[in-house]
This record gives sequence, C-alpha cells and structure tokens, in this order.
Amino acid sequence: METNQKENAPTNVVGKPLDRVDGPAKVTGAARYSAEINVPGTVHGVLKTSTIAKGRITSIDTSRAAKEPGILNIFTHENLPKPAKTPKQIEKWRAAQSYLPMQDNQIQYAGQPVALVVATTLEAATQAAALIKVTYQVETPIDSYLDPKAELFDPQKIQSGKKDAHVVRGNPQQAYDGAALKHEATYVHAINHHSPMESAATLAVWEGADKLTVYEASQNVTMHQGNLAELLGMPREQIRVVTKYIGGGFGCKGSFWPHTILTVLAARAVNRPVKLALTRQQMFTGVGHREDQEQTLKLGATADGKLVSIVHTKKATTSPWDNYTESNGKIMDMLYACENYSTVYELARANVMTSVWMRAPGEGPGSFALESSMDDLANQLNIDPLEIRLRNYADHDHSNGKPWSSKSLKQCYTRGAELFGWDKRNPKPGQTRRGRMLVGHGMASATYPVHSSQGTARVRLFADGHAVVEAGATDLGTGTYTVMTQVSADALGLPPEKIRFELGDTRLPTAPGSGGSVAAGTVASSIMAAAQDVWDKMVKMAVADKKSPLYKAKPTDVKVELGRMFLIKDPKKGETLVAALGRSGQPDIEGSGTGRYGAGYEEKNFGQNGADPNNDNKEKKTGGHSMHSFGAHFCEVEVDPDLGTIRVTRWVGVHGAGTVLNLKTATSQMTGGAIYGIGAALMEDTFRDPNFARYTNADLAGYHVPVNADIPNMQVEFVPETDPYINLLGVKGIGELGMVGVTAAVANAVFNATGRRLRSLPMTPDKVLEAMRLPA
Amino acid sequence: MNNFSYIQADKAKEATAAKRDDKSAAFIAGGTTLLDLMKSNVENHDQLIDVNLLPFRGIEMTKDGLRIGALERMSDVGAHPLVAQQFPAVAESLLLAASAQLRNMASIGGNVLQRTRCGYFRDTAFPCNKREPGTGCPALEGDNRNLAILGTSETCIATSYPGDLSVALIALDAVLTLENAKGKQRQVPITKFYLLPGTTPQRETVLEADELIVAVTIPQTEAARKSKYLKVRDRASYAYALVSAAVGLEVQGGTIRAARVALGGVGAQPWRCSEAEKMLVGKPATEATFRAAAELALRGAKPREHNAYKIEMAKNTLVRALSEVAV
Ligand SMILES: Cc1cc2nc3c(=O)[nH]c(=O)nc-3n(C[C@H](O)[C@H](O)[C@H](O)COP(=O)(O)OP(=O)(O)OC[C@H]3O[C@@H](n4cnc5c(N)ncnc54)[C@H](O)[C@@H]3O)c2cc1C
Ligand code: SF4
Repeated sequence: METNQKENAPTNVVGKPLDRVDGPAKVTGAARYSAEINVPGTVHGVLKTSTIAKGRITSIDTSRAAKEPGILNIFTHENLPKPAKTPKQIEKWRAAQSYLPMQDNQIQYAGQPVALVVATTLEAATQAAALIKVTYQVETPIDSYLDPKAELFDPQKIQSGKKDAHVVRGNPQQAYDGAALKHEATYVHAINHHSPMESAATLAVWEGADKLTVYEASQNVTMHQGNLAELLGMPREQIRVVTKYIGGGFGCKGSFWPHTILTVLAARAVNRPVKLALTRQQMFTGVGHREDQEQTLKLGATADGKLVSIVHTKKATTSPWDNYTESNGKIMDMLYACENYSTVYELARANVMTSVWMRAPGEGPGSFALESSMDDLANQLNIDPLEIRLRNYADHDHSNGKPWSSKSLKQCYTRGAELFGWDKRNPKPGQTRRGRMLVGHGMASATYPVHSSQGTARVRLFADGHAVVEAGATDLGTGTYTVMTQVSADALGLPPEKIRFELGDTRLPTAPGSGGSVAAGTVASSIMAAAQDVWDKMVKMAVADKKSPLYKAKPTDVKVELGRMFLIKDPKKGETLVAALGRSGQPDIEGSGTGRYGAGYEEKNFGQNGADPNNDNKEKKTGGHSMHSFGAHFCEVEVDPDLGTIRVTRWVGVHGAGTVLNLKTATSQMTGGAIYGIGAALMEDTFRDPNFARYTNADLAGYHVPVNADIPNMQVEFVPETDPYINLLGVKGIGELGMVGVTAAVANAVFNATGRRLRSLPMTPDKVLEAMRLPA
Repeated sequence: MNNFSYIQADKAKEATAAKRDDKSAAFIAGGTTLLDLMKSNVENHDQLIDVNLLPFRGIEMTKDGLRIGALERMSDVGAHPLVAQQFPAVAESLLLAASAQLRNMASIGGNVLQRTRCGYFRDTAFPCNKREPGTGCPALEGDNRNLAILGTSETCIATSYPGDLSVALIALDAVLTLENAKGKQRQVPITKFYLLPGTTPQRETVLEADELIVAVTIPQTEAARKSKYLKVRDRASYAYALVSAAVGLEVQGGTIRAARVALGGVGAQPWRCSEAEKMLVGKPATEATFRAAAELALRGAKPREHNAYKIEMAKNTLVRALSEVAV
C-alpha cells in the first residue's frame, strides 16, 4: 500500500550514527561471503584463461592435467554442455557483456576463459589448470581506440542500447564559434579496475535436475536469477540466488559475467556443487573495467563567463560485440545553465572484454573534463572558481526544462568553502609554498541522478515486540543491513535490536540491486510501504477492539507514528502496534508493500506535474521534477616540483542528498567515494600492452589503489535537505555522488599549486615532472 | 603453482646439500617473493628447503662493521637502534619498503634476492628473455615505465632488483657472506654480487646453486652515519620505487671528504655512482656541486618510450638526498 505522504516520516533512530548491525559478524568471521559458504560435497572449479588476445584455439592437451589426483572433469569448448541459449539469443539480456566464451574455439580477448577444471580440492584444480596446454593460432589484436588499426565508429546507441550516442540541444557549434570566450581541451582517462577486496565468486548447487541454488558475489540477485533462467531455459522460480555479504563491488558485481554460468554448467555436468572464485589476476579480465577514453570539451562563454555553448565528444575503446561506454555528457545540464549543448560518442572495437559501469559511470570521468575546464575558465576571467559556478548555476534542468525536486548545491558551496577556509586561498597559481612543496587549493562540484526504481518488502511484526523485515536487496558492505534496520525500527516503533532485516536472496520480495545509487531510497521506501500495510491492518483491528483506546474511531482519523496509533485530533488517545497485537491473541501480523524511488514515485503521488496528488495515471513515464543529488569537494594538495609527487593533504566534502539514514555509514560512504576518486586522480591505471592487448600490471602490487598514507583527514558533511517528490522518506542515493568531481578537484588544486594543468589521469609523478618542464 | 615437497633444514649443510642434489629445489625464508612467483608459475620448484631454523641471526657490531644475519627480518633490522643510528640509509630503505606485514615476514637474504617487478616477467603469457631465454623482450616496445635506463641491454631492460635495501647496501660497500654445500664460506662485496643482463638476463647474481647467504656486513664509516635513503613512488606507501637514492656524505668545514652515492629504480641492478662520488670529494657541499654529480650519475642513460622521466627524477632525487645529508 502507499500513501500520499508529503512530509518525510518522523524519525527516532533514522539518521542516527548507529553502528553497523553486521559489524560483529564481520569482525568475528561469522559473516560468510559467497566463496566461504560450505555445502556438503562441494568441489572446486578453476578457470584457465587465454594467454592471447585474438585468434583461435587449435588444440587443447589435457592429458597431463587429467592425471592429477582428484580431477573430476576438465571442460573446454569441446565438451562443456551448451546453455539453452547464449546471451546473444536472449532478448532481455541484463548485462554489459553479451559474449559467452567457451562456446567455440575463437579467442577475442586476453584472459578469456578457455577451460574449467573441476577437482576435489582447490589445489588440485589449480595445479591441473596450469598443466593444460593450449595451442593457438595467433592473430594480431587491436589494443584500444588509439591503435592505428582501430576504426572509430558511431554507435548510435550506447550502454546496451539504453542511451543515444548523440544528444544535441540548440545550436552548439554556431554558438561556440560566436562566443566571446572559448576554451577547448582534451582529457584522457586511464583504464580503471573496480578491484573490490572480495573477488568474484560462484557456488553452484543443483538440487535435482530442475532446481538450482547459486551463492554468488552479486550486487543484484534478481539480475543474476533472471539471466540464469534465460541461459538455462528454466523458470525463474526454480533458481535461487543468494548473496548475504559482499566485500565491495563498485559495479563489477552488478553485471553478469561468464564465470557464473560456466560454473553452473560445470556443476550440472559433474553432479556436485562447484565453487569457483576468480583469482586477483582474473579479476582484471573477468568482471569488466572502466574503459580507456578521451573527451574533448569545448566551452563557449560570454565575456563575463556565462556559458553559451558546451560541445562534448568522447572516444573510447569497446569490445568486439557490445557498444558499452559510460555516458559522460549527462552531468553537464545538472550543473550549468547553457542553451546550446551537444555530446557525441565514438567507439572503436578492440580485443578487450566489455567494459562496465564503475562507481559514478560517466559522472566520474565526465566531471573531470567539465570541472577542469570550468576551473580554467575562472582562471582566464580572473574570478574565483566558485564564482564561475554561481554565474552559471542551473536553477532548473536545461535538458528537459523541469524544476529540480530539490537542489542544495549553493548551500554545499557555501558550507564547504566555510569549512575549508576557501577565502584564504591564494588565487594566483604557483605562489604558495610549504618548505619545498607547492601548495594548492581546488574545488569541484558533484552531482548524481536519482534513477527511477521500485521494489517490494515484507514486514512481519510479532506480538512479543520483535520484527522480521525482508527485501531481496544486497549490502555492498556500505550499510544496507544497518540503515534498513533503522527504517524498520522507526516504522514499527521498536528498538533496532528487535529488528532482524534479511536481504540477499531471491526468495525474499524483489528489490533492486546495489547499483545506480538506488538501493537505499527504494528499499527504505518499500519497507515503509510494507509497514504501512501493517499499520492499516492494525488500525482496523484496534477500532474494532473494545479494549482499545481507539475503539470505534474512524480509521481515517487515526495516524501512526513511530509504532504508535493515535487519534489525530487527540494524540493522547492511542496505543502501540505491539500492545494492540498482543491483546489480539494473534502471534504476528504481516504486511507487504511496494516502494518507489524517483520519477515513478512522483507520478504516482503527485501526478506528472507534481500538482495533483490523486493522479494515478500509469501511462506517464516521468515525473514533474528533475531529480538529482549534489555536492561540492574542496581539497588541498602538496606537489613536490622536483620529484613530481602529489599528496592530498586536506579534504572537505559537503553534500545535499535528502534524508540521511545513518550519519555514520553515510559519512563513510562519502569519504570512501572521495578516496575512490583520489585513486583515479593519482594512481589507478591498468596498462594494456599495445602489441599483445594484455594487461601488464594485473594485480594489486602493480595496480595501485590508495593506501592509508595517501589519505589525509577527510571532512564530510551533509546539508539538511527535504525532498517530498523522490520517495516516501526523502532519501537520495549516495553511493556514487561522493566520487563525482573528485578527480577534477585534485587537478584544480594541482593547477593552483603549480600553474600547470594536468589533463591525463592518473596524475602520476612522471606526468607532473613533464608538466613542470613546460612554462606555467 | 605446482606440487612440491618441503623440508626444514636444521643445519646449513643439510640445506645446501639438498639444494646441490636437486636442481629444481629452492630455499625458502619468508616466502614473500618465492611464493608469489610460484603461484604465478614463473618459478616451478619441486622441493622447498626451509632455512628459517638456521642460525643466521643476530645484529651486532664487529671489527668489520655491522653484521646482520641473513635470516633477520626486515622489520627487526629496520627498527634496530644500531642500524638506525649508524646506518640510517639502511634503516630507511627497510622501513620504506613493502608493507608492515611483509616486512615482518621478509628476511634480509630473501630481500637481496628478490626479483624484478617487470610485468612481462611475472605473467607467463608473455615472452620474456629473463624468464625464458631467447623468447624476446616485449618491454622494449611496451610497458617500460618502471624499468631501467642504465646498464640495460637489448635483451632485457628490467630493474632486475626492484627493491630498496640493496641500494643502500651498495652505497655503503656491504659485503655478503656466502656458504656452499662443502661448508666453505666466501665474502663477496655486494658491488660485485649482481650481474648486468647482457645477453644472459636470466643470470642475476654470482650466487652458486648450492650457496646460501649467511650474513651481510656493512663497514662503519662517517659517510654511513650521515646517510639517507630517499624513495620516490606512485603512492605514499606500499609501492616500489620509481627512483630512489642512497647517499652518504662526510663533510668537514663545508668541504666533502667522502661520498657514497647509489641509485635504485634506474639501473638494471642497484646502481653505484662511483664517478659522481669521485667528483664530489674535495668539492664544497653546495647544491651546484650536487647537481653536477647528478648529471654525471645519469650520463649514458638510455630511456625508452615511458621511462625517460626517470633521468630528471633521478637527478632531482640525488640532489635532494645529498642536500639533506649535507646539512
Ligand atoms: C607486494 C609486495 C611489495 C613489496 N614492496 C617492496 C618494496 O617496496 N621494497 C623492497 O625492497 N621490497 C619489496 N618487496 C619485496 C620483499 O622485500 C621481498 O619479497 C622480501 O624481502 C623477500 O624476503 P623473503 O625472506 O620473504 O624471501 P623468500 O621469498 O623466502 O626468498 C626469496 C628468494 O631468495 C632465496 N633465499 C631466501 N633466503 C636465502 C638465503 N639465506 N640464502 C640464499 N637464498 C635465499 C629464495 O630461495 C628465493 O629465491 C615487496 C614484496 C611484495 C610481495
Ligand atoms: S625487460 Fe627483462 S624481465 Fe622484462 S620482459 Fe624484457 S627480458 Fe623480461
């Protein structure tokens, strides 16, 4: 059930910095990650992957491997049972990569699975995999869009057909040509890998020929279930996907990758549960990456710095089959008012696997280009970087003319500047020294959309005063368990320790996965809706119960807040849900509900224009408001002009993201987002060899992510923000917001420190030294 | 990783004899280098000889200098007051290396024998002359950002020793004590221990198959006491050096009396800069002098597409390090 609630619900525990409810299980090891689950009879799978990037397999010699003790089977394209359908044959394929290896002898990318060994021990399977000898007919691969052999093409649609590859508004080129101020620059972004701590893993358990349970490191159990059902030609209901804990994902576990179905097929063939976890090296060619890309951004402005044109183009590498690329251009309209705008994507096919969404896909690299160029523009005009942003502040969404559902960006700028001491910044680049170090201050804006989403939840309140709340969501490790416990506690008026929140199982009510920052807002709303179903049932029960203070009241005169039913006109008259339930003799009561997040919520509750609360027109696809979260980053860097090293020495992030469900986990998320961005800014870079199209640093010794010593004290705040249009609780997602703009904030600070503009990520010491050689 | 057998040696002789008799065996100390290489099938050993019980321990001052047992752990040596006070470059090279966990496991002997971080070497899918002689060197035209610019050959451009400790040891004229299966010991100055790649990059040191490293001895000098290790890397901790410098100076009345200079990250092996040292002696301890020494140290550098930055970075690192020990 849903109500037309226009104020956000009153809270008691929601918002409080509650410790993680899953913390004790994690630190004591009681929490089992997918690869740690033990089912009797489990055997181990190990993948052998292609050494070459292009060509075909001419022979596979498994004779030595097969002699190892404990080998149950060695699958190759020659003997692996075929799935009912391949991804290409599935209309509703829900994943970035549509290519399934081991169906024939073709090799399309380095690291592509060529064999799967199943053995009684992990050691035996690993050893056997090493002993398999694969002979290839090698062809020359294409390594990237920069390869002279690569051909750029117009993909028409990007992101698996979801987005247009050309977006044009107004007359951008003409406006640019006529602009008083012009700025053009090209920005390069390295290949990045998600590199979560927990590697991808599958444990496939067949319970009979037509019943399958898969324990998967999944950010979206429904997606995994749906794709498996299609691949296997089985009804969804016969497949159960379980993910109780995730050790980070950053997007890579939110898509479907070959190892999952290969493990499932192997398990069916050997008639044993098979567990397979990718090695760290395989994580670099097993679960996608952020693609190598460059963007050219042309900004045209009036003499006083008002944007008149944004012309954005992006070139990137994609796989031989899919047109996946992040849509970098979409953030421009969220931040700045500009009538003339275009963004165009060009892709080149190379021998790489399909890239995939990685924390703030599009917004991350897109903001690097936009917010660096805006900084340059401010510098050209000799005005403060904040001032150029205010002059171009978008007071509505120029892409569709809609007002914002809420936007606290100005407050974020103001509060961030205050916390940081922005007024003390020296606007002149290259002038501030601390010993030998050049000191610089930079800032950038952050924004992330509220993607429309919906989900369901179930609430079961027991007469003894505890509750079980269920939704098939996932917890990346960022706090879903905790915040949903808080939401449930307030909805039912119980202390958090009386709530058991269950997630990560397709047997539970369907909920969205952790991706696109939709989980918190959607699942919290679903729980609220399910709780309201319980409220309604309880109110009905109470008004019919002689012993209730609400006896004979009209249900519409009764309100429920924090688990207590009372008369609106006489709030003293009422009782708690638990008290009424206890008297009824009924052991428990169950409610379920659907929660909506974003445009879907607004349409249902406010009508398309946000005017008519009774409008329930399902035809309408978008709400009346444009919905986004916003924030601002401020940072200080020290640059060693002789050695080229950059250290971030201070960080302030201020964000407006609606209702904050838990101040502690939310602050951690935003801090983590900024750290993720600092990684992309300063060190993350996977090198693909130009001749072999194979990575040369595919492990965590070679692929650097930030360590403690790289991270200074991080200060994060949220500005208060109420948004009635986005969902029942006014929650905006925060998973990705914290990362947007970070790379630009660092680059802008480096510019302020050195007078040099670095436009190629990551900004490693070699690039800094090269820039320092050039005149400022 | 392949299957292997494992023995624990109580006596040096037991270990060296086992190694002499089995060409495919390897000694294992902390295992932090060895196991990584075995897991990625870069090295395949059918037998591991655990040397951790051997009495190659102790950190003590002798008449020849500071003697450190080869099985002492990096963390213990780095934190030892004698090392910190008398040989700061050595202590710093140890404490700036790897991570705390690795330093607690890793031994001094193992550190000296760690192998290149060249990405092609560590992935058997690639050809590599060092790993499989004669297959070629893809780094010449590929990912050479971390590789060497001095002492390389057309066969291999790796920084064969990528670590830190040996850079400090080379600067300070350390001597290795080795012992073979006959129980015979010999002393090898570390400046003569490492081999340049030439046409045989697979041969990295003069260590014989049946030899163990017993100890390292570092002569006590004024330059060692006023020494420093400076490391430049891609992140603030837990990363190999892009470039590093180990330097020591003895300065009297503003004039340099003795100088020790070595570079890491730029040489095919840890790089002692003897010419720069000679030039420094007798000169005033000024930045101009250091700059001239740095120019000399990098003379003849042969950069590739992605590592040309190392020339300037190494010069600046040297100047910075020398300036800091001169005060
Ligand atoms: C992720 C990572 C980062 C690192 N970063 C750094 C860094 O920044 N700087 C740095 O200097 N190092 C770094 N290291 C390397 C580390 O210092 C070495 O792995 C370590 O010192 C090796 O010592 P060990 O005792 O573990 O050697 P082992 O792995 O046990 O042995 C290494 C080799 O030496 C042989 N060996 C061992 N002891 C003896 C002996 N007494 N006599 C003869 N042969 C012997 C073994 O047979 C083997 O071939 C890093 C390592 C890792 C894994
Ligand atoms: S540089 Fe040396 S180690 Fe690296 S690929 Fe070439 S031969 Fe192998």
